[in-house]
Amino acid sequence: MTATIETAARPDRTGAAQTAVRLAGVGKSFRGGATPVLDGIDLDVAPGEFVCLLGASGCGKSTLLNLVAGLDSPTTGTVEVPSGRAALMFQESALFPWLTAGQNVELALRLRGLPGRRERRVEAERLLDLVRLRGSYDKRPHQLSGGMRQRVALARALAQGGDVLLMDEPFAALDAITRDVLHEELVRLWETTGLAVVFVTHNVREAVRLGQRVVLLSSRPGRVAREWRVDIPQPRRIEDKTVADLSVEITEHLREEISRHGR
Amino acid sequence: MAADSSLAHIEAGLDALETSPEPERGTLRRVVASALPPIVAVVLIVAVWQALYAAKIWPDWKLPGPSQVFSSLKDAYRNGDVWPAVGHSIGHGAVGFGASVAIGTPLGLLVGRFKPVRAGIGPIMSGLQSLPSVAWVPPALMFFGPTPAMLYTVVLLGAVPSIAVGVVSGLDQVPPLYLRVGRNIGARGLASVRHVLLPAALPGYLAGLRQGWAFAWRSLLASEIIVQSAGLGHSLGFLLKNAQDTNDMAGAFAAIALILAVGVAVNQLIFVPLERHVLKARGLA
Ligand SMILES: Nc1ncnc2c1ncn2[C@@H]1O[C@H](COP(=O)(O)OP(=O)(O)O)[C@@H](O)[C@H]1O
Ligand SMILES: [Mg+2]
Repeated sequence: MTATIETAARPDRTGAAQTAVRLAGVGKSFRGGATPVLDGIDLDVAPGEFVCLLGASGCGKSTLLNLVAGLDSPTTGTVEVPSGRAALMFQESALFPWLTAGQNVELALRLRGLPGRRERRVEAERLLDLVRLRGSYDKRPHQLSGGMRQRVALARALAQGGDVLLMDEPFAALDAITRDVLHEELVRLWETTGLAVVFVTHNVREAVRLGQRVVLLSSRPGRVAREWRVDIPQPRRIEDKTVADLSVEITEHLREEISRHGR
Repeated sequence: MAADSSLAHIEAGLDALETSPEPERGTLRRVVASALPPIVAVVLIVAVWQALYAAKIWPDWKLPGPSQVFSSLKDAYRNGDVWPAVGHSIGHGAVGFGASVAIGTPLGLLVGRFKPVRAGIGPIMSGLQSLPSVAWVPPALMFFGPTPAMLYTVVLLGAVPSIAVGVVSGLDQVPPLYLRVGRNIGARGLASVRHVLLPAALPGYLAGLRQGWAFAWRSLLASEIIVQSAGLGHSLGFLLKNAQDTNDMAGAFAAIALILAVGVAVNQLIFVPLERHVLKARGLA
């Protein structure tokens, strides 16, 4: 193990006590698994912070997000989301095919307890407008392109009204141009909404393009191997030289992490 | 903001390029396209039948020709036998099927949702499904006598298992991802059942209903053919049995044609459009 563990200073915008997500000593084992999938993960995400979680396939990124989303519970340690709920987005939009785009968003509003049919309709239209899908309220998910579906899913996540957005490789299945546009869209939404975002990816460039902080996870067990602050100001582009340079450095560490398992 | 509006333009361009307007086929063309093949098939079958009849391999009382069966149908119609019999059977079928849905649906939900119930009842349900429901006619007759209760019992025992099995397979096919999304957006307990599980299981459920109707109709006709009484009235099964009793082969074929017609009509007018509507809305058809 050669990589040094570097703990960046927490961004401290709103006071030390405030965090959007706090993981302390989190470990997760599945029944029958010899080594734990996750082990001793300490990770704080500040309100409004954009953190990218980077790691090889199978290192436990999805497992970690599921823990934060409350869909699973850790074997050891604690997961705190002080605001209560974190919205989760997947690689597949996972919109309900029996509802229209607008109804998908409305369902999230309704389950969140927003009263009034009319109010929900108006709010759903506002959210669709926010992801620039004003005219797609009555479209069925199968009538939308992959990128549009992910934007509806984004609107649905916003409808949940939490202040944490968890994204599990949400753009991995999209073509490069669409992904590029969605990167821009996501950063714009993040800046306007002030959400804390935890964005999981195995794409180093994507992580550097988006995040204020990039956290590299090791594999088997998944631990925080190292993290970087990304001080390149937004708007960034994926082809920027500064993005490329940091990506090269991070890729080196990722390769090293992976090759440890080949020895 | 210039950057923002250029993003909006790129996005609008991508959206426009990636979604194609759906081709709308005219209703008339669709009806013709779906009605033509079965009509051709029926014409072919009647033609083969007529050829066999014309070849005189069997005597008329064994194999009547299409025209004889048709005139037998016409006679029955003139005598006023057809509509009451059809109405009678459809009435019993509808009540029996409705009751089967009312029992089979919650039963399927119980079996699909609760492991111990599934372990206990699941195999029995599948077994019942493979048991010919006509087997229930003798015990039901002994228990209830020749009454509608006896008919309904046989129909229920035929249709309830297949509807319940349909519900279970509908539930089993619900992608776990939907349930996880549902939980994440705040659907727990009953809300999850109502907003996620049931709508997601609907296509499988509809397939189960369609099969349930087929079982209900078969079971009903089996009992009508076997059991006759004043209390049960003149049903399609009665017409068929009556034809047998008077050695009227053309009448028997006519009754079978009516039974078949009802089965096809219910399927094509109720279940097929319903399923198509649901699947189409989800982009599955
Ligand atoms: N429910 C589960 N039961 C058993 N093993 C699991 C389960 N979920 C994930 N794993 C295992 O945990 C490891 C990490 O999985 P995952 O979090 O999906 O990785 P990633 O998202 O980083 O690709 C994998 O080896 C996977 O096989
Ligand atoms: Mg994953």
